[in-house]
Amino acid sequence: MRIPVKAVGAVAALLMSAPALAGWEPTKPVEIVVAAGAGGASDQMARMMQAAIQKNNLMKQPMVVSLKGGASGAEALMYMKSSEGDPNKVLIAYSLIYMLPLSAKIPFNWRELTPVSVIALDQFVLWDNAAGPKSVKEFIEAAKAAGSPFKMGGTGSKREDHVLTVFLEQKTGAKFSYLPYKSGGEAATQLVGNHTESNVNNPSENLEVWRAGQVRALCVFDKERISYTTKVTETQSWHDIPTCKEEGLDIQYLMLRAMFLPGKVTAEQQAFYTDLFQKVTQTAEYRDYMEKQALKPIFLTGKDMVQFLEEDDALNKSLMTEAGFVAK
Amino acid sequence: MEAFGLLVHGFAVLLTWKTLLLMMVGLVLGIFVGVLPGLGGPNGVAILLPLTFTMDPTSAIVMLSCIYWGALFGGAITSILFNIPGEAWSVATTFDGYPMAQQGRAAEALTAAFTSSFIGSLVAVLLITFLAPMISSFALKFGPPEFFAVYLLTFCSFVGLGREAKHKTVISMSLGLLLAGIGMDTVSGQLRMTFGSAELLRGINFLVAVIGLFGISEILLTMEERLALRGHAASISLRVVLSVWKDLPKYWVTLLRSSFIGCWLGITPGGAIAASFMGYNLAKRFAKDPQSFGKGRIEGVFAPETAAHASGTSALLPMLALGIPGSGTAAILLGGLMVWGLNPGPLLFVEHKDFVWGLIASMYLGNVVGLVLVLTTVPIFASILRVPFAAVAPMIVVSCAIGAYAIQNAMFDIWLMLGFGVVGYVFKKIGIPLAPFTLALVLGNRAEDAFRLSMIGAGGDLRVFWSNGLVGSITTLAILLLFWPIIDGLIRRVGLARGGASTSR
Repeated sequence: MRIPVKAVGAVAALLMSAPALAGWEPTKPVEIVVAAGAGGASDQMARMMQAAIQKNNLMKQPMVVSLKGGASGAEALMYMKSSEGDPNKVLIAYSLIYMLPLSAKIPFNWRELTPVSVIALDQFVLWDNAAGPKSVKEFIEAAKAAGSPFKMGGTGSKREDHVLTVFLEQKTGAKFSYLPYKSGGEAATQLVGNHTESNVNNPSENLEVWRAGQVRALCVFDKERISYTTKVTETQSWHDIPTCKEEGLDIQYLMLRAMFLPGKVTAEQQAFYTDLFQKVTQTAEYRDYMEKQALKPIFLTGKDMVQFLEEDDALNKSLMTEAGFVAK
Repeated sequence: MEAFGLLVHGFAVLLTWKTLLLMMVGLVLGIFVGVLPGLGGPNGVAILLPLTFTMDPTSAIVMLSCIYWGALFGGAITSILFNIPGEAWSVATTFDGYPMAQQGRAAEALTAAFTSSFIGSLVAVLLITFLAPMISSFALKFGPPEFFAVYLLTFCSFVGLGREAKHKTVISMSLGLLLAGIGMDTVSGQLRMTFGSAELLRGINFLVAVIGLFGISEILLTMEERLALRGHAASISLRVVLSVWKDLPKYWVTLLRSSFIGCWLGITPGGAIAASFMGYNLAKRFAKDPQSFGKGRIEGVFAPETAAHASGTSALLPMLALGIPGSGTAAILLGGLMVWGLNPGPLLFVEHKDFVWGLIASMYLGNVVGLVLVLTTVPIFASILRVPFAAVAPMIVVSCAIGAYAIQNAMFDIWLMLGFGVVGYVFKKIGIPLAPFTLALVLGNRAEDAFRLSMIGAGGDLRVFWSNGLVGSITTLAILLLFWPIIDGLIRRVGLARGGASTSR
């Protein structure tokens, strides 16, 4: 996946234009809409932003987190779609904005919302139980040799985790049976309890069980290693996890974390939030959070963001089509 | 006795004026939130969570968990006085609590509810204190087949041990399962029974259904019976409290059994609601005169309340030790922990001793203070019954509507609640029990997912439900309970035959 590196330019342009546009401000509490359940990665991120905004007085109105994880997040999408013109709701979006309309025929298109900014990219890591195979090669060999297919835990059906599993099968020839759980946290504990052989959780979802030495990180699905070099477990930092390509498994996938407003809001309202989230990315809370959860920093707005979304959409669409997950 | 030393340390962290004050504030807010139907623990904690961002983590969690205890206590008040369960696990409390209030024994029922809540929590906290490390490894043993077996056990115990006609229980349960299927199916990622409606995408919310089925339908029934709130004003006096307490030892088996069920289901993620129903049904099964249940028997209040609180409390354990919330409120508290920079997981107990043991100590203290607080405020709540029905009814309806709306901020849910009110009214008229319906609605999805995940994992082999000792014994127990009336009948017939044989000789 290609990431445009015009972020710095966009930020600079934004800083210069900010004072001229600082006309509009929310007049009632702002709802930050989470398209996932309590405790999931989106919820954690929303709570971090809520705390960062409140502690640093970035906005006069309070921010409330509103969990709309029903129907695998479709609830949040439809909620945003129906809130046209309401500038007091921001969606914290991830790849479901491309995938759900394809797999479940939800009448939703992200182009109907107002893009504000892309604030982070999330990684995917191949994990197995600490007592399982020690490297990607051994893992694949064990999966091929196993009598019944290896069980791969993940979040939801026909979504990013499921797509990665299908590609893993295609690239290696090993068979997996994919178990869709309701959340990444559940997938993590099921791996620890040996009910599955592996999962492809985001770093944040497996962080604690990794630190406790209960799971092993086999490889990260990115073209370069994660940049954070502080030790997370007794012996390893995020940077010590090899890329899957290094291990002979050429699969790459990154997931966006982006903010959207409902459709038909004014340019001033859009500018207010672009500015707000840009300030958020400069807080200590945000930086700590990025490092702790091993997220890839990025900040895109305006044209750069739209271009990124279009490319990302096309990529996700081709992956979903190849995996056979597009509903007829 | 390492745990004991750590607990004393926890009390030391806790015993400052500031923390104690926060505890009182939390409890009062919690009771208030618990009394309003639908608002309940999860919403109350969610609304008040941002208040705690500027506090240190220990003060914050003490306050939030006290809101939680308060809500648990408060939920029983509306169940008993108005037949409106504030929380999912208060549903079973209405079965005998409300008839007691109707007979003018509201104070007795409330005292029983609060006392048994206290006992249930206490047992669970003791368990958390001394068995925390062992229990978290027990919870890890639960994969999809084990989860399904537990759900199956709950469903079967309902059919097998229920008081109502079996076919009516099955009808009610099937309807609940059908409605639980609405919305997105996690396993296939497809929509079911939404008919293109965006409102139906998220499925039928359990609390909305409960508020309608129990609250609104009760108002409808009461209206039909000439606008009189059935039940008498209750003034709680020290005498009532003491007389209930004096009788407590008589019910030690029920209390112990319910505590055990509660703790067991509480540490099994998502089991808290099943606990109160199972506690109630088993108490009835083992009673000498099961017919008297549902007609205002004090044991029918003790059993579900003890189980509910034991499970509500022990639900915090998987949340802290594994990061899996056992209940809705625990899920919100989980979000809070993360904001304060604490990551729940196996290392939390090692790296944040102050926090964990401060919290455990607050469970002891919060429960004692909470009990005193609710007992002293009962006259205020019980006096609501003295207000004429014509004045109370609109307030209840409005508060139900606010509750239904607040759960998902959806206007559609208010219509749904009214619809369920009519359904509840009709069900009560034709004698179809409501409890199996609500149980199926809340557990249906999870049971289905667990079953299908087991099937995917095992390649469609049903023997997976007997693949190890744990899952095998739960499944076998479930099937035994389902056919209990037949088995029971057989045992009796054999007994009679023998008895008959001996007398004829």
